Amino acid sequence: MNRYTILVYTENFIGILNRITIIFTRRGININALTASESRLDGIHKITIEVTVTPEQIEHLVKQIEKVVDVIKAYYFMDDEVVYQEIALYKIPIASLDPSLEKVIRQFNAHIIAAEKEFVVLEFTGHKEDTQALLEILKPFDLLEFSRSGRVAIAKPRFSVQEFLNNQT
Amino acid sequence: MVRGADIVVKSLIAENSEYIFGYPGGAIMPVYDALYDYSDKIKHVLTRHEQGAIHAAQGYARVSGKVGVVLATSGPGATNLITGLADAQIDSTPLVCITGQVAAHLLGSDAFQETDVVGLSMPGTKWNIQVRRVEDIAPAIAKAFHIAKTGRPGPVLVDITKNAQIEFGEFNYVPCLNVRSYRPYQPINQDAVTAAAALIDTAERPYVLYGQGVVLAHAENELKAFLDKTGIPAACTLLGSGALPESHPNYVGKLGMHGNYAPNLLTNKCDVLIAVGMRFDDRVTGDLQRYAKQAKVIHLELDPSEIDKNVKCTVPILGDCKKSLSLLTEAVSQKSHETWLERFRELEGQEKEAVVSNDLHGTHGGLHMGEVIHLVNKFKEEDAILVTDVGQHQMIAWRYFDFKTTRTQVTSGGLGTMGFALPAALGAQLNDYKKQVICVVGDGGIQMTIQELGTIMQTKAPVKVVLLNNNYLGMVRQWQQLFFDKRYSFTELDNPDFIKIAEAYSFKARKVTEREDLEAAVAEMLVQEGPYFLEVVVEKEDNVFPMIATGCSVEEVRLS
Repeated sequence: MNRYTILVYTENFIGILNRITIIFTRRGININALTASESRLDGIHKITIEVTVTPEQIEHLVKQIEKVVDVIKAYYFMDDEVVYQEIALYKIPIASLDPSLEKVIRQFNAHIIAAEKEFVVLEFTGHKEDTQALLEILKPFDLLEFSRSGRVAIAKPRFSVQEFLNNQT
Repeated sequence: MVRGADIVVKSLIAENSEYIFGYPGGAIMPVYDALYDYSDKIKHVLTRHEQGAIHAAQGYARVSGKVGVVLATSGPGATNLITGLADAQIDSTPLVCITGQVAAHLLGSDAFQETDVVGLSMPGTKWNIQVRRVEDIAPAIAKAFHIAKTGRPGPVLVDITKNAQIEFGEFNYVPCLNVRSYRPYQPINQDAVTAAAALIDTAERPYVLYGQGVVLAHAENELKAFLDKTGIPAACTLLGSGALPESHPNYVGKLGMHGNYAPNLLTNKCDVLIAVGMRFDDRVTGDLQRYAKQAKVIHLELDPSEIDKNVKCTVPILGDCKKSLSLLTEAVSQKSHETWLERFRELEGQEKEAVVSNDLHGTHGGLHMGEVIHLVNKFKEEDAILVTDVGQHQMIAWRYFDFKTTRTQVTSGGLGTMGFALPAALGAQLNDYKKQVICVVGDGGIQMTIQELGTIMQTKAPVKVVLLNNNYLGMVRQWQQLFFDKRYSFTELDNPDFIKIAEAYSFKARKVTEREDLEAAVAEMLVQEGPYFLEVVVEKEDNVFPMIATGCSVEEVRLS
């Protein structure tokens, strides 16, 4: 099993996300993380899916995704073929603030992005392993809440969805 | 300005749809109201259940090659289509289904007969859409037709809210010719053709497997030309039957669980396997770990997701097989494979002796299903269409029916939908009243959609129904006998008087229990002008052989 990033370029069509996720559901494959947003190209959405599967499964999944009528193109990459990041937010009670926490914040280069009467919110961006490490450290500080995004990714190999669309016959 | 409902009907007419198979209800009533004014331009067939409507549309689409059109209301009307959608999806049948939906402002409110049809039908459609505004109706229908019929065909669903049907808009139909995210046809890679030709030219025991892809691509002549030139033996899948006349010298039989002996057995003896428009279904391959491992595989296939899905191939040739077959025929050398073909013929002899003669020429005991099909062959017209349901009768009819021309078989292959045959036969018959449509069905399956006898009565479609009655869910019983210690758990049926039912629906009907009456009855049925219902009481505990049991290899095909 390998960890893969699938990049899917789609039309902005209601239900497209469901059409893609049921491909995984039907095969009993868990999606580790998923993010969807607009892409660089007007009207084209980009869905980033992180999944841990076998090489045969990833081939099969990506072909099934490309078969969806409103999918323009789908690609898959190994971790070393993409640059990726995940953002994490940590909610910590004011009462837990002490010098040792300051050390952690400095060490991780995390940011306090909100301060309320009862709590502060820390923001830290990195790979899952990094945000997870910070999470483990913060747990003893009575961490109130934690939230981590799916990965956003840029592929290292060159490909162009625009070119693909231009070549349409 | 016209109503949205008129736009629906005008769009269907613009797509040259001949028939709508449907059933009215609240959320689709504006379209039904509009239909009232267009009965001279498009015919509506009122089935007795929405499942009947969609299976009829499938039958129509399969024999005509055109898009089958279905109309149903929201909620239960739409959910009753689901089986047919799944069936059409797995068997690549082009359909456009239009469902009514509650008014847009009621969506998500659990309104009367509201259900999430787009969500429910998503896994069973090639594409679907909900239309909430009148101006979106015609473009959605145009796109639906384009997607349904191009590339690998499939079912498409357009869900139209009631407000969009009632609102007024302009009608200006622009057929859809291109969807930018959708590439139905892949360009053929000439290098792959060259590589495949080299493999074929040096092969000692090449073997062609063809499926419904040949029919869908209208590539029957190209297949024949390829086989004529190369002399390669060819076997068909269930849905590929008819793509090549069975009298063709290279035709060696049928593949799969209940196919012929030689075609299955010798799959593991060929050195180059050429798969054309087929998808290596598990019913064809048996245990994949022991399937054609010795062979180099060439796969001619339209759908990229089928390549390497079940069987890893050496040379994939993506694209329309009508084109790829002709390119391949040009690239290969003229050859013959008489010795190799002879091996098929020898094994065919063994199958004849062990299975076929008894199946077709019973002398004592109960009637065999095969005897009925054998007599049907004797009296049927050359281009008669066989429509079957699912189970023992389906396999027997497929095995013994004499397929002479293309698009002469309609059956539920991938999904195995009991209840498919009767409505599908109606649809097949409506495409051409003059063609002989023979609907072979079991006593289990017919009772799943028996109400469609009413639609046959109303349309006066001259369907010939052949009910092979063994008072069992025969195929399940066969499995119980072979694999579950003869524990016949809930497979025996107390059946009604089918003749009375058929007569109540104005069919001319006849029941045969004795061997000596069978021939005259079949003959009578096939000269009858109108619909005819022939019930044949057959042996209760007959089995279908050859058989490849689940989990077994094609090599383990058994004759008894």
